[in-house]
Formats: sequence, C-alpha cells, structure tokens
Amino acid sequence: MGWPLAVSAGLMDKSPGALFRALWALSAGHLLATLLVLLPFAFLLVLAEWQRSIQFSASLLVIGFGVYRLIVRRHPRALARIPPTQLALWSFAVAIAHGAALMLVPIYLGLCQAFELDAGHEAADALMKASLAMAVLVSLVHVAAMIGAGGCLAWLVYRHLGLRFVSRSWFNLDAIWATSLILVGAVALAFNLASWR
Amino acid sequence: MTMRPDPTFHASPKLAMEAPAENFAYTLLLSPDFSKPDALAVIDAKPGSPTYSQIVHTVTMPNKGDEFHHFGWNACSSALSPLAGHAFIERRYLIIPGLRSSRIYIIDTKPDPTKAKIHKIIEPEEVFKKTGYSRPHTIHCGPDGIYVSTLGGGGNDGTNGPPGVFIMDCETFEVLGRWEIDRGPQTLHYDFWWNLPRDYMVTSEWALPPQFENGIVPEDLLSNKYGHRLHFWDLHARRNVQTIDLGANHQMALEVRPAHDPVREYGFVGVVVDTTNLEASIWTWWREGGKFHAEKTATIPPEPAPKEKLPPLLQGFGAVPPLVTDIDLSMDDRFLYVSCWGTGEMRQYDVSDPRQPKLAGSVHIGGIARRTPHPNGKAFAAGPQMVEVSRDGRRVYWTNSLYSTWDDQFYPDGVPGVEVMAKVGRNGGLELDKDYFVSFPDGYRAHQIRLEGGDCSTDSFCYPSV
Repeated sequence: MGWPLAVSAGLMDKSPGALFRALWALSAGHLLATLLVLLPFAFLLVLAEWQRSIQFSASLLVIGFGVYRLIVRRHPRALARIPPTQLALWSFAVAIAHGAALMLVPIYLGLCQAFELDAGHEAADALMKASLAMAVLVSLVHVAAMIGAGGCLAWLVYRHLGLRFVSRSWFNLDAIWATSLILVGAVALAFNLASWR
Repeated sequence: MTMRPDPTFHASPKLAMEAPAENFAYTLLLSPDFSKPDALAVIDAKPGSPTYSQIVHTVTMPNKGDEFHHFGWNACSSALSPLAGHAFIERRYLIIPGLRSSRIYIIDTKPDPTKAKIHKIIEPEEVFKKTGYSRPHTIHCGPDGIYVSTLGGGGNDGTNGPPGVFIMDCETFEVLGRWEIDRGPQTLHYDFWWNLPRDYMVTSEWALPPQFENGIVPEDLLSNKYGHRLHFWDLHARRNVQTIDLGANHQMALEVRPAHDPVREYGFVGVVVDTTNLEASIWTWWREGGKFHAEKTATIPPEPAPKEKLPPLLQGFGAVPPLVTDIDLSMDDRFLYVSCWGTGEMRQYDVSDPRQPKLAGSVHIGGIARRTPHPNGKAFAAGPQMVEVSRDGRRVYWTNSLYSTWDDQFYPDGVPGVEVMAKVGRNGGLELDKDYFVSFPDGYRAHQIRLEGGDCSTDSFCYPSV
C-alpha cells in the first residue's frame, strides 16, 4: 500500500534515495498499525500463560517504584511544563509520574485470579472478555474515587472554605504515597506467594 | 523539602496583603569604582525596634567588580501553582546576579536574616557555557525553576548573539539552559514578568552591554538605538507571539509590571525618555481579542533648569528630563509608583482604571536641579530610583543609584547610598517617613530592595483575589 507515494517521492527529488526513504516510512507506519492490532492479543495470551510470574514481577515493580519515590524526592519538573489549557494531558502525566496507574496493576491482576481456570484449557477469548471488563471496571472505580474525593474538596474550597485553605491544607504526602505503593506491592506479593502451591 | 508550603506563599494577592508585614529590607550595595567587594545589607524595618532603619547585618562577597543591581528569591507564591502540584519548598535563598561579572551568588537567609550567609557561588563560566548569555539581570521564581533575564549575549562585550532568559533549578541552583525556543525579532533585553494562569510572558528592552557598561552613549540615544519594544511570549511554548514597537523615540522601555491579580490581563511599562521632547512616559498594555495592545497613558514633562545646575551631558538641553527608571504596582493593582530619577520625584498614580492613570500623590527628594533634602534635613543625592512597595501597600521604599557609570554622568558630584521610605494614606497620598533613613557605608551605593516575605515585584499568583 502506498507504493505510488514512493514513486512520486523518487521523481520529485530526482533520486533513488528518496524512493527508498519513502518506502522506509511507509513500512514503519504499516508495521505500527499491524502491531497495534496484534499486540493486545499477544499480551492476553502471554498473560494467560505467565499469569503468576507477571503478577509476581508487577508486585516487585510497584514496590521498587515506591522505594524509588522514597529515595528520590525531587518533583518531576516536566509536569510544570504542561500548559494550563491542557488539563487532561496534565492529569494523565501526573498519574503516570506518581505511579497511580501502576498501583492498580497488582490489584487488577489479583482480581483476575478469580477468573483463573486451568489456563491450558481456558479459551483465550473468554479470558480476554473477563480481563478487559475487569480492567475497565478497576480503572473506573479508581477514577470515581479520585474525582469524588477531589471534587468534594474543590467544591468546598470554591464555595465555603475560601482560598486560604489552598495553602493551609496542602500537605506533603510524597512519603505516605510512596509507602502506600510499597504496601500494595507487598500485599499482592504475599497473596501471590500464599497461593503458590 | 518541607511538609507544608512556606507560610509566606499566598494563593492570591489579597491573601498576601493580609499577611504579617515585613521585618527586614534586604538591599544590594555596589562599589561603583569596583575597589571593594559588593555586599547585601539587611536592614531592620520593624517599627519600634531599637535598631529600626539601621543595617543589622551585611554579607560581603569574596569578589570585586560584580556590580550588584537586581535580585530575587528562589521561591515565591508561584510555588502554589496548581499545575506544578508541589509547593514544598521554602522562600529561603536570595539569588543575586553580578550584572557586570555575570557571577551569581546564592544567599541563605535562614535561620535568621541577621545571620544570612553565602550558600553557593555560580561562576560566570557556567552561565556562559550553558546559556551563551551574559549580564544576568531580573530574577523571577516560576513553578518550574528560577528564571533569569540577561542583557548580554556571548563574547567579551556580550554582542555575540542576542540576550535572553535562562532557567536555574530552584533547589540545586544548577544553571539548566536557555528558555527561548523561538525569540522572533527580539534582539535586546531588560525586564520580564508573566501571568501564570493566562500563560504569557512580557519582556522589555534596555540596551546591549557596549551601550551601558561604560555609561550612556549620547549618540546612540539621540539616534534612538536603545530599546523601545515590548515582546509578548507564549510562556509554555516559549515562543515570541507578538512584538509591539512603542516608537523609536520612546527610548528605554524598562520595568514591566503586570497586574498582580491574574484575572486582570493588563500591565504597565515605564519609558525613560522621549528623545523628541525629553518627556518620560507610562504605557499600559493589555490583551483583548487574543491580541496585545499598548498605549501611552501618562507623560511626565521635563523641567527647565539653568545651565550651571546641569551636568555636562544635559547642558545643551537646558532642562532636566524626569527619567522614569523604575515603576512598581501595589498588590491591589490600585497604585502605580513611578520613580523620576532626574527631576527627583516619586509619583503615585491611581490606576484603578488602568488606561487612565490619575496622579494621586507625589514627594520631591533629590533631583539634578532641585536637590530637595529629606524631611529630616539630610541631603539625598541623585533621585528616587529602585522602588519597592510593601505587600499591604502602606510603605514605599526606595534607593538612589541607577548604575555605576550612569550615576557619574547624571550626578557628577557623587551618589552616596541612601534608602528612604514613604507612608501611603488609606486612599492614596504619599509622605516621607522622618524616621526611616538609611545611610550606607562610605564608598557604597544602593540599588534594589527586597522585603522579607515577599513584596510587590517578586511574587506571582495563580489564583484571583476574591
């Protein structure tokens, strides 16, 4: 697909190099599209096959990230580089930087254990439906909790408490957050080891 | 790293006004002939204190020839920016650049201002190497670091490439690099400030180092070669989005003072001299319909004077230009204070309607021809220059030196360093305080003042006053 574009590029630049560069770009785009479709299915199969090890590693990853956040207390400067008009991007970046999404991984994997049948005989599509539904549910519950708490606070400050509350109520929760990451990872790890029979 | 935001950080200008008043005034001292190291003086500004209006501590630098000029804090109310999401730093370090040496001193003011000491020195080579800029000038603490404007580019005389803004880390004080991605037509620099939630920056123009380091260059002034433009930037994209030329005869557009309340999208800039008539002027700039606009909203006329009262530089004109060299806006955006360094006057304009400033108060002190003494009878050399307003708007402090070599041209009899303060009435009006008069040690001149806990040209706010 798209080979006429390569012809055009070669002719426009009067060089065979341009034709091959165009082919390179075309192949990269095509590869990306196929991977985008195939990879989730591949991941699902891997997840079914290696569920226990993945869960084990995920717990360690969460613990590791918590420890890293405890040691490296610098705040990522990149967050302040996002323009005030791009709130959704900012929210996304903060969740990634703080490990909010990461924290859900062991919980999610733990919940998926409930659906664990004998992986060898489990049809991939049944597992996929259950896992996807669970991933969406876990994310939604998490966001609802976050926005519920934050939204109540925002409304209270906006309507009743006043601006002074912004600086007065702002505590440095970095250490507590890092510790809770370690805790979640450790609990997941314990469950994982306990079911290791 | 602290557990709570610094108590001197305020979400809005109104909250900053309600906070406790300043107990100390930090003032920069410069040795105009470079024979002594420059210094930071800590002055007791607490009424009723036994050492009121006296220097209670001095931090003397280890080098000579730095030429101290402007300075600022490592952190301010901008740390409460909801985007940065991390307010756990302290307003603790004063960042003092040497305008002539390009060396930067970091001064630690904790545990007590009277024990302030040097925390770190950034040598000029680091600034040159990492930024390609020189002659660091204005300091503002932003949510992602400390911003420093510069007046010089690279090379010995600072004319190799344009000057600009660079960023420093607000905890390690490491120079991080240039700020601009696209500077557009900007080739000169002076002051800068911003509106954080509205995400724009404003910068102004003075001159390149060869036009100021050895004194004012009259030929350049008369041929309108000093700065006369304002540049507006997209703060996050770091792009120059608009340049407004005030007109070539409006020489030296210096301090930019945006309204403190971030919902107000306007600000002011002072122009030193109009080369067609020696007038000084105040300009208002504002944003409307996605575009910036600027217009001249106040003018201050020159005052005729006999030749024998004028320095050689001005004798051909037979008049004293007002020379508006600094302006400062009160925290409630109501009063604009305007230093007329030539005529020796501090003016107070009511700018409730920003495009119609009304003269509300004025005091005369010093001046090229007037030479008005202080109400306490003491002489005040030169005229009102660097002006700083207390957060509550009740006290206005100022010093009298402009820049080493320029002082000598306009005031050849010398400029001994002095700092005074005027009280502001509830509804405006200005009156010099008889008891606040600081004489600095012999051989020192005084430049910018910073007030403990923030003042009216330091902090930027991310929430409107409600």
